Amino acid sequence: MHLLKLKTLAFMALTIICAQAEAQTQQETLAGLQQQVSETTGFQGFSAARGEQFFNDTHANNWSCATCHTRNPANPGKHIKTSKLIPPMAPAINHERFTDQAKIDKWFKRNCNDVLGRACSAQEKGDVLTYLMSLK
Amino acid sequence: MNMKYVLLSASLLATSTAFASGDNETLAASNPKWKAECSACHIAYPARLLPAASWLAMMGGLNKHFGTDASLDASSTTEILAFLQQNASRKKPESTLKPTLRITETRWFKHEHDEVPARLWKDPRVKSAANCAACHTTAETGNFNEDHIRLPK
Repeated sequence: MHLLKLKTLAFMALTIICAQAEAQTQQETLAGLQQQVSETTGFQGFSAARGEQFFNDTHANNWSCATCHTRNPANPGKHIKTSKLIPPMAPAINHERFTDQAKIDKWFKRNCNDVLGRACSAQEKGDVLTYLMSLK
Repeated sequence: MNMKYVLLSASLLATSTAFASGDNETLAASNPKWKAECSACHIAYPARLLPAASWLAMMGGLNKHFGTDASLDASSTTEILAFLQQNASRKKPESTLKPTLRITETRWFKHEHDEVPARLWKDPRVKSAANCAACHTTAETGNFNEDHIRLPK
């Protein structure tokens, strides 16, 4: 009986450790982007103001990030075509945002293609994340 | 009775039960990956609503998915396509030249909805015929039973 309990506990601990290994904090996500862009000449860090403007500006495909995520990303958004509810983007409100690298990559790829018709640079992603992290 | 025969009988019984149980249970065929990915922007449309050839074309063109980029990594695409094809409609495809991608363009869909008045399709709460859940209140669980239809009023 004791051995069984011990095994269960060990398994639970392992599960928690594994889950933690997959997740990352928003700060770590931002640090990863900074590492990608820091070697570029003239890099002067990320800017929340620039990120906000990028978020609200209409780009090549006549959409902006705000088209679906609204101009206040602390609020829930709505998919412009399907009307499906989109949980808030601001990590202060929605703690899961920007903690799963595969999910981050998947959505930046899709949404940058939809909104800009191209991939976003690490600078642009970093600015937007800095803006979203500044929201309370 | 040898083991092979027992297994065969068991699988035949399982198949006939599945057919006998009617539409709703078959429409509810689910797979965690399919559910998670396909319900990110809209409800996860049941596999049974399109033939296998349509799903093959759909999953091969996710980067241009009805006007948006819905691309997925290769392993997710493979897993979801296999699930969709296994549970696809067994009806003969309506066109052999170009697989139908829109469920709303199938003869079956048009027939099932031929009594729906035009004003309802245009209602802002419905917005699009792709918005099953506007009237089928349990669409997200794959249950399209008439008992659960509530028209917007």
